Amino acid sequence: MEALSRHYGPVVALDRLDLTLRPGELIVLLGPSGCGKTTTLRLLAGLEDADAGQIFVGGKDITRLPASKRDMGMVFQAYSLFPHMTVRQNVAFGLRLRRIGAAQRDKRAMEMLELVDLPTQADRYPHQLSGGQQQRVALARALAIEPQVLLLDEPLSALDAKVRAQLRDEIRRIQLDVGITTLFVTHDQEEALAIADRVGVMRAGHLEQLAPPTEVYSRPATSFVAEFVGLSNRLAGEVRNGEVTVRGRTLPLVDRSTPDGQAVALVRPEAVTLASDSASDSGPLVGTVIAVTFLGAMSRVTVDLGDTSVMAQLTTADASALPAGSRVQLTIRPDPVLVSASSDPAVPAVEEEA
Amino acid sequence: MAAVTALNESAAAASAGRTRGMQAGRRRRLNVFRYVVFTVFGLFFLLPLLAMLRFSLEGAKLGTWSLTAWRQIASYQNTGIPPLLSAIEITLELAVITCAVMLVLLVPTMIWVRLRVPWLARTIEVLCLLPLTIPSIVLVVGLGEIYNRIQHYSLSALMLFWVYVILALPYAYRALAAGLGAIDVTTLSEAARSLGASWFTVIVRVIAPNMRQSILNAVLLTWSLVLGEFTIAYLLLYTNLQVELYSISRNTPNAGVLFSTSFAALLFAFALLMILSYVGRRRRGRG
Repeated sequence: MEALSRHYGPVVALDRLDLTLRPGELIVLLGPSGCGKTTTLRLLAGLEDADAGQIFVGGKDITRLPASKRDMGMVFQAYSLFPHMTVRQNVAFGLRLRRIGAAQRDKRAMEMLELVDLPTQADRYPHQLSGGQQQRVALARALAIEPQVLLLDEPLSALDAKVRAQLRDEIRRIQLDVGITTLFVTHDQEEALAIADRVGVMRAGHLEQLAPPTEVYSRPATSFVAEFVGLSNRLAGEVRNGEVTVRGRTLPLVDRSTPDGQAVALVRPEAVTLASDSASDSGPLVGTVIAVTFLGAMSRVTVDLGDTSVMAQLTTADASALPAGSRVQLTIRPDPVLVSASSDPAVPAVEEEA
Repeated sequence: MAAVTALNESAAAASAGRTRGMQAGRRRRLNVFRYVVFTVFGLFFLLPLLAMLRFSLEGAKLGTWSLTAWRQIASYQNTGIPPLLSAIEITLELAVITCAVMLVLLVPTMIWVRLRVPWLARTIEVLCLLPLTIPSIVLVVGLGEIYNRIQHYSLSALMLFWVYVILALPYAYRALAAGLGAIDVTTLSEAARSLGASWFTVIVRVIAPNMRQSILNAVLLTWSLVLGEFTIAYLLLYTNLQVELYSISRNTPNAGVLFSTSFAALLFAFALLMILSYVGRRRRGRG
C-alpha cells in the first residue's frame, strides 16, 4: 500500500500511509480507537474506497477493483456467519460462488473444518455454536477460497479472555501452517506482541513504528509507541552526552544522538526494583508504597516519591513483603530508555495502559 | 444462644411461610384474573364469528341445518352479473400479483437503502407510510383519470394491482423493516462480498433468507388487505370479492352465501397465519 489517504469530511482517517506486507508474514496493526487501523484493513479489502494512493497485491494494482473481485479472505469481529446456513454451507459459500462442484466443495469444506478443529460441527447452525467456535468457522470460511491475503478485523475482541488467548495461538498456528500473508487489526497489545511477525503501531492515521514485537517493546521509535505498548514511568531528567540522568541515576539512551537538555525519561516498571528501607529518611529514590495491584503471578507496586509517583513490577511474593505504607528504596536497572520532550504538562506522570 | 437462634429461625421460617402464602394467594388471584379477562375477550371476539358460522349453516327453516350456503360459494349467480366464483378467482389472483410485486419492489429496495444509501431511509419510510394518511375517496379522485386510460387497454380487475401495491406499502414496509432491523445487514453483506458475491447474490441469497419471517408477515398483511378491499374497487367500477358480496347483499339481503364466503375468507387468512407461525417455529426449533 502506497501513500494511502482516506478522509471522512474534515476527519483524516489515513494520511499518506505506506505499508508493505511480505509474503507469508503476519502483520498486526495496533493502536487506539480512531487511529486508522481498521480503515487500512477495509481499504485493503475493498470495503471502502481510498481518496488517494494505490494498493498493490502481487504486483497488480487493485485500487479500483471492487471487494468481490479482490480474492481476499476476511474475518470480522462478530456476527458474520450466515445464520440461515449450516457450518458446512457457510464454509462452502465462497466455493459455491466460484461454481466449484458439490463433491469437491464438500471435501474442501471438511478439510477447512479439520484445520480449525471443528469437523463434528459441520451440520450445526451458527447460533448453536459458542463465540470461539463461530470465529473458527469464520476463519475456515475465509481460508476455503484460498485467498492471497487474510484479513482479520479484531476477531477476538468479542470473546472472553481465556478463549481469546487460546484462539489467538490457534490463528497463528494455522497462519504459519497455511503460509498465508495476513493483516491483523487489534487494540489489544498483548495479542499484537504474542503473534505478530511485525507490529505496526498507528496513531491518528500515521504509522509510528513497524518492527518485530521485541523491537517495538524494548526500542520504541517514538514516545507514543513507548507509552502505548506496555506501561511507562515518566521521570524528569537531564540528557548529557547520550545519557540521561534521572533522580541521581544515569541511564543509557536508546537514541544516543538525543540533544542535551531537560527531558522526560520513559522507564519500564519491570526495570524498577524495590527494597524495604525503614532506615533512611529521604533521598531521590526513597519513597512510600501507596498501592499494590495484584495481577496474578506479578504485582504492580505504586510508590510515592514525594514529587511524583513511580510504578514497579515485582513478583507477587516480593510484593507481599511491601504492603502499603512501607518505606522503600528504588533501584533502576540501566536499560536503554527513550526520552520525550519535557514540556508536556497535559500528560500525567504515570501512564496507564491505553 | 441456641434458644435465641432457634427462635430467630422459627420467626424467619414463619415470616417466610407467610410470604410464601401471600405470594401463592397473589398468584392464584392473578391466574383467576387472567382467565376471566381471557374468557370475556374471547367471547367478545368469538361470539359474533360463531353467530356468523351458525347463520351460514342455517337451512330454509329457522333452526335447521344445511350446507347450501357453503355450496353456493361455487355456484351462486347474481342476477345478470358473472358468478361469485369469478369474483373470488379475480381477487385471489390480485392478491398473488400484489404480493409478488410488493416483494420484488420493497425487499431489494429496502436492503439496498440500508446498505448503500442509508440517508435515504427516512425518505423511503415517509413515502411508504403516506398511503395510510390518504383516505380512499381522495385516492380514487386522483386515480380516476389514470384508470380511465388503463380501461382503454384492459377492463380486467387485475389492473387494480397497481393501487393495491401502494395501499399495502405501509404495512409491508413496517413488517420488512422489523425483520431488517433484527439482522446485522452490513456485516453479513460485507462478509458475502469479501467471499466474492455480487450485490444480487447478497440480496437474494444472503439477506432475504434471513428475513423469511418478516417477508411472510408482509405477505399475510398484503393478502388480508387485498381480500378485504372494497372502496377503491367499487369506486373505480371493478368487481372484486367484496364488491360482489356487496351487490349480492343489495339484491338479496341476508343471503346465506354472504356469510359463508366471509367466513371462508376468514378461515383462509387464519390458515395463512398458521403456516406462518409453523415456519417461524421450525426456524427457532432448529436451536
